[in-house]
Amino acid sequence: MKKSYQSLEDNPNYNMKQVIYCSLTSKMSRLCLFLLLTFSTSLMAQEGDPVNGKSLFNSNCAACHKLDAPMTGPALRNVETRLSDDEGLDRVWLSSWIRNSSALVKSGDAYANKVYNEHNGTQMTPFPQLSDQDISDILAYTAAPKPEPVVVEKTAGDGQAAQQGGVSNDLILGALALLFALLAMALVIVNRTLNRFAEVKGISVVTEKEKRTPLWKAFAQNQFLVLVTTIVFLLASGYFVYGYLMQVGVDQGYEPVQPIHYSHRIHAGDNGIDCKYCHSSARVSKTSGIPSLNVCMNCHKSISEVAPETLAEGNEYGVDYNSEIQKLYEAVGWDGTGYTGESKPVKWIRIHNLPDFAYFNHSQHVSVGGIECQTCHGPVEEMEVMYQNAPLTMGWCINCHRETNVKVKDNEYYTKIHEQLSKKYGVDQLTVAQMGGLECGKCHY
Amino acid sequence: MHINMKIATKYIAVLGMLVGLVSCQNNSSRNYQYMPNMYESVGYEAYQESDAFGNGVEAQLPAEGSIPRGDFMPFEIENTNEGFLYAKENLKSPLDSTQVDYEKGGPLFAIYCGICHGNKGDGKGKLVQREKILGVPRYDDAGRAITEGGIYHTIYYGKNTMGSYANQLNEEERWQVVAYVEKLKADLEK
Repeated sequence: MKKSYQSLEDNPNYNMKQVIYCSLTSKMSRLCLFLLLTFSTSLMAQEGDPVNGKSLFNSNCAACHKLDAPMTGPALRNVETRLSDDEGLDRVWLSSWIRNSSALVKSGDAYANKVYNEHNGTQMTPFPQLSDQDISDILAYTAAPKPEPVVVEKTAGDGQAAQQGGVSNDLILGALALLFALLAMALVIVNRTLNRFAEVKGISVVTEKEKRTPLWKAFAQNQFLVLVTTIVFLLASGYFVYGYLMQVGVDQGYEPVQPIHYSHRIHAGDNGIDCKYCHSSARVSKTSGIPSLNVCMNCHKSISEVAPETLAEGNEYGVDYNSEIQKLYEAVGWDGTGYTGESKPVKWIRIHNLPDFAYFNHSQHVSVGGIECQTCHGPVEEMEVMYQNAPLTMGWCINCHRETNVKVKDNEYYTKIHEQLSKKYGVDQLTVAQMGGLECGKCHY
Repeated sequence: MHINMKIATKYIAVLGMLVGLVSCQNNSSRNYQYMPNMYESVGYEAYQESDAFGNGVEAQLPAEGSIPRGDFMPFEIENTNEGFLYAKENLKSPLDSTQVDYEKGGPLFAIYCGICHGNKGDGKGKLVQREKILGVPRYDDAGRAITEGGIYHTIYYGKNTMGSYANQLNEEERWQVVAYVEKLKADLEK
């Protein structure tokens, strides 16, 4: 393979690889080449396979090019026809640009230099491995018409489907309510008819209630019952008061509305992005940082819109994910191709917050202890809206310290003290508590 | 009949009170605190709002030219194409073979790079498979012919669509990841 590239570079006008291996006489080979070239350009322009072109485009070009919007490089929809119409440049020029643009720039080609300078001297990666067939496939893909109406219809259909689901639910509930109302009415009617029957037959409905002592009086006269009731009442209210007082200052379930609707479900769940990708400082510092917006832009530079099916999922939660991405762009000052320099901070609302008198260090738990984030933060990868999963009370901390075994393996520096401690407590596995994890000064100082 | 009505109104009242008690729990705001001055920090907490600085937040960038403690070498190659080519040719890893630790570089690679580049470096990470991010090259891509200096420059400043990872990885970690990328490249070329 390598040899053929080299030969190609030597003869930039030759387009077909097979030619190189032609063992005909030079005249014949030239004729053959001429014929092949004329055929190949006219045939291949139509022969390109847009399906293969799409996969080639996605793996080679899409890092820097979109079809309909400029990215690192220019938009490529209909690039071949645009080039030949506007600049009079043919497939040969395009191929040599794709295979080695910097050589073309250095050769002093006017349009090559123009494009190079228009994109701030960003050099396009050379693709010498792309064959003529590959290039015509890719160009066939770029020449395909824009398929926008399909996408719009699809989302509309999904929305309708979701709405229909909602309607049917409402219908069922309505029918149930109607059923209950009918039942109630039927009971009332039955009661009335029975009363009427009684009246007709001359049976008086027994109304001796006035003769009995009222219930409350009977209750008040029975001292034992009063005593028991009072005790039960006091115990019950004590229970509830205790419960109320114990939850003061506990924010379990706290679920504030954030300035940008960020779905952990999509990012950490569906896409499987590691927690530490965004919260990188949890590895190395006390605070597990809220990622700065440039971390969002690592991906969202190229993801400006969510997939149609993701958008449909958003309808279920009443969120338009695309407009949330626009909020990010506004905050970070991104106009689609570059930073405007006008950024403004996003006022995220902090959820997990320990009181000032308690010390907690993320790196100690995440890096040293090797604790999963989910142990404390719950199933974040399933949360559409982030909430506080654990109570974050002292009892909760202590409990975990009592139950969790420390990973002492391969920690040579402390091997001796670990062995002594194990002997002292007579256990195989040391818990955090046995290593001093319940000392007041560990967390309060 | 009207006695029944009285009882019914009583039940409704009790039910209403219970509903009222339950609905008092509001998850979109914080709970009460016993002694807020013991809970709330006097000093600045991370990311707190503050009037002390121009942009209204406590989190500030280090002053220009400040140098972190420890073994730090400033990175003086520029964020340009020329800088990249220079780094590709000349920049060498400060880690020698004994310091290179795939046990360190591998997990970091899995966190920060594998999601797009694939855990084998074949450009088929989860985001690529799900067609969220496209055009991620293989490490053995002939046209790119990556070198350790070029990899480091790319991690430090980003390249094309890839962003900078200088704030997520420190200098040593970056070089460990570079070493791991070179290992993956060698594995792919096998």
